[in-house]
Amino acid sequence: MGVLTDNLDVFWAGLRTTAALTGLSFMFALLVGIVLAACRVSPVRPLRAAAMFYVETVRNMPLTVHMLLAFFGWPKLGFRYSPFVTAVIVLTYYTGAFVGETIRAGVNTVGRGQVEAARSIGLGFAKQLRLVVLPQALRSVVAPLGSLLSALVRNSAVAYTIAVLDIMGRSDRLITTTAKPLEVLIGAALTYYVLTIPLAFGINAVDRRQRIIR
Amino acid sequence: MSKRRFTRFLLPLLAIAMVAASCGDDGDKPKATTSGSTGTSSGSAATASGPPQFAAGTTMATIQARGKMTLGTKFDQPLFGLKNPTNNQVEGFDVEIGKIIAKAIFGSDITNKIDYQETTSKVREDAVKDGKVDVVVATYTINDARKQIIDFAGPYYIAGQDILVKKSNTTITGIESLVGKKVCTVQGSTSLTNIQAKAPQADVSITFDKYSLCVEALKDGRVEAVTTDNIILLGFINDDPTNLKLVNKPFTTEPYGIGLKKGDAAFRTFVNDTLEKAYADGSWKKAWDATAGKTGQAAPTPPPVNRYA
Repeated sequence: MGVLTDNLDVFWAGLRTTAALTGLSFMFALLVGIVLAACRVSPVRPLRAAAMFYVETVRNMPLTVHMLLAFFGWPKLGFRYSPFVTAVIVLTYYTGAFVGETIRAGVNTVGRGQVEAARSIGLGFAKQLRLVVLPQALRSVVAPLGSLLSALVRNSAVAYTIAVLDIMGRSDRLITTTAKPLEVLIGAALTYYVLTIPLAFGINAVDRRQRIIR
Repeated sequence: MSKRRFTRFLLPLLAIAMVAASCGDDGDKPKATTSGSTGTSSGSAATASGPPQFAAGTTMATIQARGKMTLGTKFDQPLFGLKNPTNNQVEGFDVEIGKIIAKAIFGSDITNKIDYQETTSKVREDAVKDGKVDVVVATYTINDARKQIIDFAGPYYIAGQDILVKKSNTTITGIESLVGKKVCTVQGSTSLTNIQAKAPQADVSITFDKYSLCVEALKDGRVEAVTTDNIILLGFINDDPTNLKLVNKPFTTEPYGIGLKKGDAAFRTFVNDTLEKAYADGSWKKAWDATAGKTGQAAPTPPPVNRYA
């Protein structure tokens, strides 16, 4: 286990990259998801169709394929980003599709009476959503959104296929230099736990506080 | 969800699955056999001299009497030993070296005189030791550990880790010019360890699990160079000679030898003599030009044969 203690700095550097990768991606994915959910419940038909098209094309393909296609495909179209930026963009639009579906489910839990009440006091669709529906919807989906965040931390390991030096990427390097794959992989597992387990507790706490008691 | 809507959703899926399953059969290629006799006739009967004479009991005489030489080579190494999937011929520089040895045994007509066996890196020593093959020419680096188990004739070629760049690149001329440059190689490879040791200031932050991805990154301008064994890089140049070139300054040394059964001194001397003759009469260069040389890489000076004790 000396391999682990000798290379704590490597795991720490990987953890910071993974945290930055997931933090940025989740923040943007929330925005994408809210827009998607709004489109999916909007009264405008083309918007609904477009949002559904987005969700189904994105989530029905493995993340690895998205990642490699983006990294090697975009430069041919004139978009060349660093591995890290490419990974943030891909994780954002990928997770965004799931976030959108989760929020839409939350929207469906908001009672019909709420929408009717909002309409009766003269709020337009955007205001209904922003002031009445979304605040209630989001509170009811804290736990599933938390699961998505946790999944995102784990999914972010795919970024190592496009040379992002996250926990997985740095572990892979360490395996080469130390020739101790098992020890290093255990170290990688522990490093992911350092990130995901406190996250799980945090999400539970937020969920308990925000949950609507019915 | 009502039952009707459920079936409406499921039926197309089922149909897709069935179509996909039925497509499976005709997509299959005929199974490649690992052994086959596909000798080529490079000398016509008119110019063929009679077969050479060998003292009874020598390996050369045994092979000649058997009428077939078993050649172990790679089947998956472009330009060196590659089984061509369209015509099932085994082709490459290693194969040509094997043919030179076969001609020295059988005379110039070696039609159907070579039995090709695939020898992957894992099985090479065993194949020689167990007598499954007479000679192994398979990008086979001579080293001390292997010398304990088998004998090597040659070397017939010195491979080494080299650098691949875009054809337009003029700034990278060798390992010393990699300082601060982005260099791609494969995760977990000895090529990565080598470059880190020999060019510590090169930026090796971009690595993939395949060299083809490194080459793609090179073409996209994400990295400025790709590094690994020159023979692998030559394979990529062969695929895209207009955009890629080899720096051609190898910085490691991998002498490729011909694997032979341990202790057969007469056979080893014979193979070494044959190599030297091939160096002198131009057939070694001809072998290079017909295979690896097709990438535009000029034939190197053949390495001196090492008749180690």
